[in-house]
Amino acid sequence: MHREDFPMLQQDLIYLDNGATSFKPKVVLEAMDEYYSSYSANAHRGDYDISYKVDLEYENTRELVKNFINAPLKEEIIFTSGATESLNLVATGFFENIIEAGDEIVLTKTEHASNVLPWFRLAKNKGAVIRYIPLDKDYFVTLDNLKSVVTNKTKIIALAQVTNVIGDVRPIKEICQFAHQNNIFVVVDGSQSVPHMPVDVQDLDVDFLTFSAHKMCGPTGTGVLYGKKELLEAFEPINLGGGMNESFEDEYNVLLKSLPTRLEAGTPNIAGVIGLGAAIKYLDSIGMTKINQYEKELRDYLIAKLEKISYIDIINFHSSSGIVTFNVDNIFSQDVAYYLNRYNICVRAGSHCAKLAKNETGVKNTCRISLYFYNTKEEIDKFVSLLQDKEKIIAEMF
Amino acid sequence: MDNEIKREIIMENYLHPYHKETIKDETYLKVNSNNESCIDNIDLQILIKNNKIEDIKFNGEACAISTASTSIMIKELIGKTTEEAIDFIKQFENMVEEKEYNSQNLGEALVFDDIFKQKNRKHCATLPYRGIVKVLEEYQTKKGND
Repeated sequence: MHREDFPMLQQDLIYLDNGATSFKPKVVLEAMDEYYSSYSANAHRGDYDISYKVDLEYENTRELVKNFINAPLKEEIIFTSGATESLNLVATGFFENIIEAGDEIVLTKTEHASNVLPWFRLAKNKGAVIRYIPLDKDYFVTLDNLKSVVTNKTKIIALAQVTNVIGDVRPIKEICQFAHQNNIFVVVDGSQSVPHMPVDVQDLDVDFLTFSAHKMCGPTGTGVLYGKKELLEAFEPINLGGGMNESFEDEYNVLLKSLPTRLEAGTPNIAGVIGLGAAIKYLDSIGMTKINQYEKELRDYLIAKLEKISYIDIINFHSSSGIVTFNVDNIFSQDVAYYLNRYNICVRAGSHCAKLAKNETGVKNTCRISLYFYNTKEEIDKFVSLLQDKEKIIAEMF
Repeated sequence: MDNEIKREIIMENYLHPYHKETIKDETYLKVNSNNESCIDNIDLQILIKNNKIEDIKFNGEACAISTASTSIMIKELIGKTTEEAIDFIKQFENMVEEKEYNSQNLGEALVFDDIFKQKNRKHCATLPYRGIVKVLEEYQTKKGND
């Protein structure tokens, strides 16, 4: 649906790699273009009309983000360069001052590198211990399995709401409830969930939520960190500089601004933030519930067709998101991706930045399809028809 | 070379790669070669005696082109001196990069003489060469110092 809104879709291309990044609708491109061509001033410091307009638009996006994830307060929305920076900011800016030797950080082996490596560093620096939630036969997280690794030393549970390889939707609300009863912080990577489903931070009661604009029809280089206000207040800013300080005299007299500005040092990615605002308005105009339902319908349609092909192994058969991971028997995933590329079909091959996942699934490399609302059943038909003949794949893989 | 013959050679080397095994022998020099932009990842083991390549083995995960290219490279390089091998690699890389090259000594590796038409597969064909050249150059430097 809504294909006409996307310049990238006006060409002969079947794009099935939305988990990596999404296409941008015209309204997003126009909003960014308008900033650069008609009010291209800096934020937070102008005494003239066009700079005032920058502030209005920049802060308007904050309001839009707040409403999009139902955050209670605007100052709980921090703009970053993406989910990666957001997660690093949480691990370093907040938990560096909290974690002590022997404390435990709970992850899963299907997390993206951005939700593993910052915790590895924190654990190494502080002498903390990483623990992994055992996954069930479908590679899902269950509350019982989580409970089996939590101890009185557990301080952090960090996991994606939807993982980028398995695409399972984790029971975040139940996890938060259990975690908070045990004084554990919950950090949720929303990179693969926020673009595809309604996410309500108050209902889930997450402590932190991170996501990237570019996976939700917005521009690259822009992302969000949501955090509960009392937690963000305790953050040590990683970056110090312009915009975030109130006054300074010498090394002992530095006064910082209040949230959220304190955590956004330097000139921000103004065009990116304005583009994110336009993307949120666009997604809202379609409706996240509708997007989610449509993607589920597409997924079911795709799975029903793929499962009929005997030599295709679907790794995440029971997941419910638009992520479908598979292998063609005895053909290297990258060769399958190259074959599909001949027909202008874009799928991802590899480990998808989740390099620990192989320990769980036993499969190192896979092909991944990740759907978005602008994909169609006709595209899936064409994609599946190209996989119907294994001899053809082999004959045309190079 | 006829396209059908090229295909057959590539397919044969992919399905039955030459010397795809790991050997427990410390006299072999080791090098890993991987493509940062994809998932190809192979380990090479090279036995050099008196400046001559006596044996090469490889193992790992790689696509059809990388696997076939490694298999062919191993067949072609065994028996060559390090100087001959380095020249072979240079000619091969020139071929892939559409520069001038001497086709006379490239043997089966000529099956990749039009791989440049698939830009995103050039790095698959050159994968093993980028690894082995490091070992050969290191060997020569060491030899020069002795």
